[in-house]
Amino acid sequence: MIPVPARFPLFKDLTQAGWDLGGSGSNMRTPSCCVGPARCEWAMYDTLDACYNITQNFQDELHRPFFPYKWKFKFAGCPNDCVASIARSDCSVMGTWRDEIQVNQAAVLEYAKTVDIETEICDRCPTRCIEWDGKSLEIDDPNCVKCMHCINVMPKALKPGKDRGATILIGGKAPIIGGALLCSVFVPFLEMDPESDYEDLKELTEAIWDLWGEHGKLRERVGEFIQRVGLSNFLEEIGLDPVPEMVMAPRSNPYIFFDDEIFETDGE
Amino acid sequence: MAEERITDIGPPHYEQFLPPIVKKNYGKWDYHEILKPGVMVHVGESGDKLFTVRCGSPRLLAITTIRKFADLADKYCDGYLRFTSRNNVEFLLTDESKIDPLIAEVEEYGFPVGGMGNGISNIVHTQGWVHCHSSASDASGVVKAVMDELMPHFQSMDLPAKLRVAYACCLNMCGAVHCSDIAILGVHTRAPVIEHENLPKMCEIPTLVASCPTGAIRPATVDGVNSVEIVEEQCMYCGNCYTVCPAVKINNAQTDGISIWVGGKVSNSRVAPKFSKLAIPFIPNNPPRWPETVEAVLNIVNVYAENARKHERMGEWIDRIGWPKFFELTGIEFTKYHIDDFKHAGETYTRTAQLRH
Repeated sequence: MIPVPARFPLFKDLTQAGWDLGGSGSNMRTPSCCVGPARCEWAMYDTLDACYNITQNFQDELHRPFFPYKWKFKFAGCPNDCVASIARSDCSVMGTWRDEIQVNQAAVLEYAKTVDIETEICDRCPTRCIEWDGKSLEIDDPNCVKCMHCINVMPKALKPGKDRGATILIGGKAPIIGGALLCSVFVPFLEMDPESDYEDLKELTEAIWDLWGEHGKLRERVGEFIQRVGLSNFLEEIGLDPVPEMVMAPRSNPYIFFDDEIFETDGE
Repeated sequence: MAEERITDIGPPHYEQFLPPIVKKNYGKWDYHEILKPGVMVHVGESGDKLFTVRCGSPRLLAITTIRKFADLADKYCDGYLRFTSRNNVEFLLTDESKIDPLIAEVEEYGFPVGGMGNGISNIVHTQGWVHCHSSASDASGVVKAVMDELMPHFQSMDLPAKLRVAYACCLNMCGAVHCSDIAILGVHTRAPVIEHENLPKMCEIPTLVASCPTGAIRPATVDGVNSVEIVEEQCMYCGNCYTVCPAVKINNAQTDGISIWVGGKVSNSRVAPKFSKLAIPFIPNNPPRWPETVEAVLNIVNVYAENARKHERMGEWIDRIGWPKFFELTGIEFTKYHIDDFKHAGETYTRTAQLRH
């Protein structure tokens, strides 16, 4: 515990040494990231750079609590998600790739001496997109869902593809108030080039903050807000087109709120 | 004095804390390998090798311990160490010959080396009775008691897959235990007791009324004081009201306790991320060593270790064998409390990054 008279001298000493205060209350909490490219071969983008950039860019939002409730950013370099971003953040920036897994067949053969590739790799693949004939590994890459399992088991032989970026997922939180939520897909793939200064991510974030800031209830996290207003309404307000990657399945109930435009012809 | 305090500067840039070998190989790591429990090597495309020694450390550290860690880092690692997201301390070495002497000294100081691969890493936990207002149980004490028994799995890699144990002392779940293989969670079991005389002085009544997710709190005049009343049948003991109003006491030394949840995961590997599901609804608090909680966790770990297939996390194993079999094998009683009665919309949203690009 800090004695009251020591508080301001401590704040002064901390900040003058380069360590800022902030990141509590109904504001942007201090963003966090995985170890990323500093010590991991699976960082699909520079998590440290992105985290630092976003933190510095939104200093006002980090220091002044004017949101309905807290907002957490977490930056994970790959779908292993070592920072638990999908469970612990309102905005999960999760590294992924779009092209083929890089396979070193000689190294696969080396692993085959200790790893039962058929049962430990092929059978555990969620989409069964890997085949092994005892000599070489064949991956049906368009069917790969980037789960990381095969790469995790054989890190010397398999590497993620080269066309890299991130999936943006939003709305995760722990139980209080409306129950726990995992983040859900918002943008299936976003390039995370440091040269871009992460402009796309910043624009999306500001659009969400504007909407949620205006219409969110007190202590309502963005995931709860989206459930209250509906994901489709939320997307419409943000200006993002709906894509099938956002849902596990289309609706199964017929209670659709139709817009008037469905009767409009294209001018013929 | 105020003008001497700087603000809006953000944290110091991370680059100044990176070891030279990390700066040189930044983004150019080729692969990694676990050499033995608690020791791994990252090999750069340059051929450079960075060794990591992982040690379990308590989440609440004395400054003397931090200084000791720093001294060890000075002695063996050119002054570089880091803390993991599960509060382990990792020493980063470039000289392979220093690994074993470092381990010997760390262990002599009383800290275990391990927590890697198919074993149990550190228990992520909250503050508990140390300094949290809403805790239903202790955190550090329960974690210490449980981890003492799980230590063999921290120091080896003898489990089917990773097993992540997490602890949170109330439903706020600061430890995000809701996606752990085994979650130990403090629970309140009774509606809050209202201190009517303090309430108007400490709390905003409209905010307090609005804080209740089930609408169980209503404004009321009690003994001439502007206060609130609680419809006890509607209370689900979440404690959100207590967070906004300290005069609505949710803590109760007699009726607070612990629940156990299983089968959650965070990573996207193989199957999508999952929430932990209820295994044991209530175990009474029993400090200082919580023997019933320790035994319950050990039982689940042992049954999982005996029955799961290689690479199968707790939740994947349970999904394969089914929940009835889980309750049968563990001997845990299935009760009415296991059946969910909380509305949860949005089940059709994609809550995974498993996508075809």
